[in-house]
Amino acid sequence: MEVLLALVIGVLGGAGVWLVLRPRTFQVVMGLVLLSYAVNLFIFSMGSLSIDHPPIVAPGQTADLQSYSDPVPQALVLTAIVIGFATTALFLVVLLAARGFSGTDHVDGERDAE
Amino acid sequence: MNALAPLVVVPVVLPLVAAAVLLLIRDSRRRLGSLINIAATLGGLMVAVAILWQVNVAAGPDAIAVHLTSNWAAPFGIALVADRLSALMLVLVGVVSTGAALYAAAGWARAGSYFHPLFQIQLMGINGAFLTGDFFNLFVFFEVMLAASYGLQLHGSGWPRVRSGMHYIAVNLLASSLFLVGLAILYGVMGTLSMADVATKVALVPPGDRGLLHAGAAILAMAVLIKAAVWPLNSWLVPAYTAASTPVAALFVLMTKVGVYSILRLWMLLFPATMASSAQFGGDFLMVAGLATLAFGAIGVLASIRLDRIAAFSIIVTSGTLLASFATGSIAASAAALFYLVSSTFAVSALFLMVEPVQRTRSERHAQRPVYDNIPHEDDNLDDQQLPLVGRAFPVSIAALGLAYMACSLLVAGLPPLSGFLSKAAILTAIVGDDPAAAVPTSAGVLMALLLCASLFTTISLVRAGIRHFWSAGGRFAPRLKLVESGAVLVLISACLLLTVFAEPVLRYTTATATYLHAPRPYVQAVFDAPARPGPTTPDYAPYERAPYNSATDDGMQADTP
Repeated sequence: MEVLLALVIGVLGGAGVWLVLRPRTFQVVMGLVLLSYAVNLFIFSMGSLSIDHPPIVAPGQTADLQSYSDPVPQALVLTAIVIGFATTALFLVVLLAARGFSGTDHVDGERDAE
Repeated sequence: MNALAPLVVVPVVLPLVAAAVLLLIRDSRRRLGSLINIAATLGGLMVAVAILWQVNVAAGPDAIAVHLTSNWAAPFGIALVADRLSALMLVLVGVVSTGAALYAAAGWARAGSYFHPLFQIQLMGINGAFLTGDFFNLFVFFEVMLAASYGLQLHGSGWPRVRSGMHYIAVNLLASSLFLVGLAILYGVMGTLSMADVATKVALVPPGDRGLLHAGAAILAMAVLIKAAVWPLNSWLVPAYTAASTPVAALFVLMTKVGVYSILRLWMLLFPATMASSAQFGGDFLMVAGLATLAFGAIGVLASIRLDRIAAFSIIVTSGTLLASFATGSIAASAAALFYLVSSTFAVSALFLMVEPVQRTRSERHAQRPVYDNIPHEDDNLDDQQLPLVGRAFPVSIAALGLAYMACSLLVAGLPPLSGFLSKAAILTAIVGDDPAAAVPTSAGVLMALLLCASLFTTISLVRAGIRHFWSAGGRFAPRLKLVESGAVLVLISACLLLTVFAEPVLRYTTATATYLHAPRPYVQAVFDAPARPGPTTPDYAPYERAPYNSATDDGMQADTP
């Protein structure tokens, strides 16, 4: 599971970085979204990967990540998702405004000779 | 310090409440909105001064006020911590935001909707970033600050603002991703994000995890350095700040200081010089980055013709100077740099506020009357026939503007007699040191040379702009200045004058700040000793037992660390 998750994060992150460096605004926003997916998965993985573990230490158990799953990364990732979603939505509005001003979807507003 | 603790939450809550109230005020009642905005900002300034006063008066461990939000004891909940550094930064925010709010009341607030709520939310984000004692909460306050800044940067709209704003937002969203990655790694290594708890546990990280710790800290630092406008990650700054409306640009000067503050806090808590392993990790990188930023900013200042570009590059010069001075690792240099931070922030904000009034001398729309009724002809020999220039008084507005411009130039360039000079001289003195026989390290020598070069370049550039705006003949008008606008610039310049007069107490304060920053034990102690109030249902409240601070043994690692 660790290898799979690492691959997913790597592919998402790599695709995100590539898209962010593209000249079209829509590609940039897609890249940012993919990057934030990668980052959120990364935060989530910090709390150890386990199935069927409650996020709380039951009485009599040792406080060990073998027996429970850390709830803090889950809380962190929730906050990160909300904030990332809000700022990306705001960025979309700015993209639309830029499209309206320049008439093109180039990040610098340049019309290229395609 | 119990009396002070509730006060610590006010700089965050007051702007939030003010923003909520301002949202309810209709656009037609802008005067009321401006009044509430100014009143809330002034209130924030007064609270900041009160915190600074109490932190300064109280001695020893009492000088740190801790407020436990939601009443969770130290490593579990989020603590708001006001120490000397935070208190100083809060006052800085208070003064600059008062200037910006006054200036905005003169008319810029009418350029679009929701200026005042965004302004207050931005203040909340900045204050919160300075106060928080938790790394993840720092991220949240960064985002609050940035979200408001996106709106403020676009205030007034127009293609230049939208274009530079788009780049600004994209860069900052990327930086936020880096911030989160860095936080996640730190949490993975240490199992905590509370700054005080991190400071105690960083010494206990086993050698095998040191690499991860360094990587996490470096990624986090990179995200923060983007905000602090470090070369080569600062190409977003100049277009965004010059395109932003005047009061917004003046307020944005604070945002790079949040970056500088965060890097200072992070570095001092994670890698203090007293630590056995990885002490002052990344210091060399900080030094090189600071020097490169300083050089880039200085060249940019020299290459700029427009006043707003000069001001924007001055911000980069300030960031570079601060980072390089902190990276020297000397207490005296850090103290001088903190003094420089305050002085230069006021000065650059004032310069930003003056950009628009100075440009009004070129347009007829705002004209009161022409400065010269009949401009001397090109062929007139002014040495022999001085008649066209004699006996005509300057209009008051242009005289006041010129004097303020002169004061700003002296402050930004660091020429005597104002506080800009004092702070730069203090940095240079600290670098050279008391012992004339001791060798100055190469990096410090480069820093000295660059500092002096930056001053020279700034002087040249500002004098050139001043000659163009105030001395060159032809087509100039005395600008019409509103009282609040002049008041805004006056607030910032008189703050610098106060800094000049009271330089010694301020320097003493920053020296105490730097001394204690270099030994973070009191900070950690204060946060952990802050008592949570026992609830009605928990009479047998037991405090959290923690590993002893800075013990070099590995057996103190918490079991919950993955």
